[in-house]
Amino acid sequence: MMALAEPAATSQLILIGFSFAVLTRAFVQSDFSLAIVVQNSHTAKPLLYKISGVWGNHEGSMLLWVLILALFGACAGWFGGGLPDRLRARVLSVQGAISVAFLAFILLTSNPFARLAVPPLNGQDLNPLLQDPGLAFHPPFLYLGYVGLSMAFSFAVAALIEGRVDAAWARWVRPWTLAAWVFLTIGIALGSWWAYYELGWGGFWFWDPVENASFMPWLIAAALLHSAIVVEKREALKSWTVLLAILAFGFSLLGTFIVRSGVLTSVHAFASDPERGVFILMILAVFLGGALTLYAARAGSLEAKGVFGVVSRESGLILNNILLAVSAFVVFIGTIWPLVAEMLLDRKLSVGPPFFDAAFTPFMVLLALALPIGSMLAWKRGNLQRLVKQLTPVAVLAVALGLLAYAAQTGRSALGPIGLSLGAWVVGGVALDLINRSGRGGLSARLARALRLPRAEWGKAIAHAGLGVCLFGVAGITAWQEEDIQVLALGETMSLGGYDFTLGDVSRETGPNYATTFAAVIVAKNGHVIDTLKPEKRFYPVAQMPTTEAAIRNGILRDIYVVIGNPQPGGGQVVRVYIKPFANWIWGGAMLMALGGLLSLSDRRLRVGATARRPNKAAVL
Amino acid sequence: MLDDPALEARARALSADLRCPICQNENIDESNAQLSRDLRIVLRERLVAGDTDQDAVDYLVRRYGEFILLNPTTQGANLILWLAAPALLFIALLIGWGAIRSRARTTVAPLNADEQKRLDEILKL
Repeated sequence: MMALAEPAATSQLILIGFSFAVLTRAFVQSDFSLAIVVQNSHTAKPLLYKISGVWGNHEGSMLLWVLILALFGACAGWFGGGLPDRLRARVLSVQGAISVAFLAFILLTSNPFARLAVPPLNGQDLNPLLQDPGLAFHPPFLYLGYVGLSMAFSFAVAALIEGRVDAAWARWVRPWTLAAWVFLTIGIALGSWWAYYELGWGGFWFWDPVENASFMPWLIAAALLHSAIVVEKREALKSWTVLLAILAFGFSLLGTFIVRSGVLTSVHAFASDPERGVFILMILAVFLGGALTLYAARAGSLEAKGVFGVVSRESGLILNNILLAVSAFVVFIGTIWPLVAEMLLDRKLSVGPPFFDAAFTPFMVLLALALPIGSMLAWKRGNLQRLVKQLTPVAVLAVALGLLAYAAQTGRSALGPIGLSLGAWVVGGVALDLINRSGRGGLSARLARALRLPRAEWGKAIAHAGLGVCLFGVAGITAWQEEDIQVLALGETMSLGGYDFTLGDVSRETGPNYATTFAAVIVAKNGHVIDTLKPEKRFYPVAQMPTTEAAIRNGILRDIYVVIGNPQPGGGQVVRVYIKPFANWIWGGAMLMALGGLLSLSDRRLRVGATARRPNKAAVL
Repeated sequence: MLDDPALEARARALSADLRCPICQNENIDESNAQLSRDLRIVLRERLVAGDTDQDAVDYLVRRYGEFILLNPTTQGANLILWLAAPALLFIALLIGWGAIRSRARTTVAPLNADEQKRLDEILKL
C-alpha cells in the first residue's frame, strides 16, 4: 500500500498535466465549442495571451491550481527518498486527500471543459486589464506559493498522526516551506508591480481583499520559516511550529475562498459564484477543522527539549513569530470585518487602506527594530550588553541618516525619514553581522572567510537586507511622491519635481486587437531633453473597455510616471504626471528576499541532512 | 479642481478615504466612474460652502451609507476591529514571555556518573 503512493502521485500529475495541455490547446486553437474559451478568448488575441488566458478565468485557474498541487505531491514522492517510509506515505496521503477535494470541486462546480451546443463564430475576448505579460507569470508563481504550503500542512498532519516532531522533521519541512515562501514572494511582488504600471496611477498595494488573501499566508509562512529553525536547531517551539504549518495552508484555503466566492468586493473578483464559495468553505472547514482537532488532541505530546535563556536567539525568534502572526491577524480581521459586520450587525461598511496603514504598520516597524538584535543574539544564552555596544554605531548612523533626510525635506511627514532610518538600521545590522562572522584579520582574509560562510547564512543576510530595502522603498514612495494633473495643448509644458513635460504629439494607431491613442511626452531637466515617454490610452472593441498604459522611466532614485486621460472637448489632452521616489526599491527588496530564500534553499545542510537519515534507518532495521 | 490650493488639498485628502460606491474597490479620487466624478464635485461644493472636513464627509455618508468610508469608524462594534490586534499582541507577548521564562527556568538533569565518565574519556582524546 505504502509503495503505491509514489506511482499514484506521479500518475496523478501526468493525467492532470494532460488535461491542462488539452485545455491549453483549445485556447491556442480558439476552439469555441468550449464555454470558457468563448468567454475569455478571441481569434485576434496575441498568442501569449491565448496561453495565459488559460488561467485568466475561474475554471482554468483551478485546473492550474490542482496541476501544481499534483506537481508538489509528485515531488514529495520523488525527492522524499530520505524520509521514513511511513512518514512519506502519510504526507502523500494527506496531499492526495487535498487533491481529491479540489478535483471534486472542479468536477462538480467548475468544469473547464463545459461545451456549447452551438459554438459562436468568435469569442468575447479576455478582460483587457489581464492582457499583459503580468498574467503569464503572476498567477503561476502565486499558486506555486499557495499550493506549496500544502506540503507544510501535509507534513504537519503526518507528524501529528505519528506523534513525533523532531529536528529531522523540521529539516524536511523547511525546504518545502522555503520554496513556497519564495514563490509567494515573487508572485506577490509581480502582482504589485503589475498593478503599479497597469492600473494607471502607480499604486503598488491597495489592501484589497484578494491581495490580503495572498499576504496572510506569506506572513504566516515567514513566521513558520523562522520557527522551524528553532525546532531544527534547538528542538523547541514544536507544537507552535506545527500550528503555524496548519495555519499557513489554512490561510491559503481562506484566500481561495475569498477570491472565488466573491463575498468581498475586490478589483480581482472574476467569475465568482456563491455556490462555489460554499464548496470551498466546506473544504476549508474539513481540512482546517480536522487538522486543528488532531492538533488539539496530539499537541500536548510534543515535548520541548531545548533550554534557553531569556536573552537568546530563541527568544528573538519567538518575538519575530509573535509580530508576524499578530500582523497576519490584523490583515485577517481587517479583511473579514466587513463580512462579519454585515452578517452579525447588519452594517454595510468598508475597511480600507487607512485602517491597514494605521493598524499594520506598527508591527512592521517593531519587526524592523527588533530584527538586527534578534538575528545577532547567540543561541541559548546571548550577551545583550555586548550586542548593544556593537550595534550602537549602526543605530547612530541610521538615526543620523533619518535626521539628515528630515532636514533636507520641507514641511512633509516624518514617514520618509523614519523609513530611511529603519531601512538603514536593518541593512546596517546585516552588514555588521556579516563582518562579525568573517572573524579577524585583514580584509582579504575576512572576505575569504565571509564567502565561505554557509549559503544559509548568506540567504539570511540577503533576505533580511531585502526587507530593509523594501520598507525603505514603501516609506519613500508614500512620503515623497509628487503628482500633478493638467490639460495640455500640443506643445504646452508643465513642470513637476524639477522636470519639464511637453506634450509633443498625439497620434492614433491600431494594435492586434485594440485601437490606441499615443501621446509623446518630452521630458526635460534644466532644458536638456532626457527622454520621450509614450503613454497610451487603449480601447478594446470586443470587450468594450478602455485601459490606460502608463509610460514609466525607471530609475534607481525615482520613477517618472506619465499617464494620459481623455481628450478634452475644448481641445488639449489631460496629462497626469507622477514622480515616484524609490519605487523600484520595493520590488528590488522583495526580489532580494526571494533571492535570500533561494540561496538558503541551496544550502548543503538541507540536502545532506535529508539523505543522511538513510543509513541510520538501515542501521535501526 | 478648486483654485484655492489649501481647499483643493483638503478635498484630495478626503476623497482618497472615500470609497466609490459602484466600483469594485477604488476610492473616488482614483476612480474613473461618472459617479465618483460627481462625488468629487459634490465634496468640493460642500467644502467651498464652508463645511468642515467632518461635515462634508457626514453629508456624503448620510446619502451613501457607512460603506463609503474606507477608514472605518471607531463607533460601536467597530471597536473590536480596532482593538483586536493590540489585545492579541498583548496576550501573545504574555504567552511568549511565559514560554521563555519556563524554558529559562527548566534545568537540565546533570549527567550521571557513567555519562560523566564517558564525557571525560571523549574529552581526553
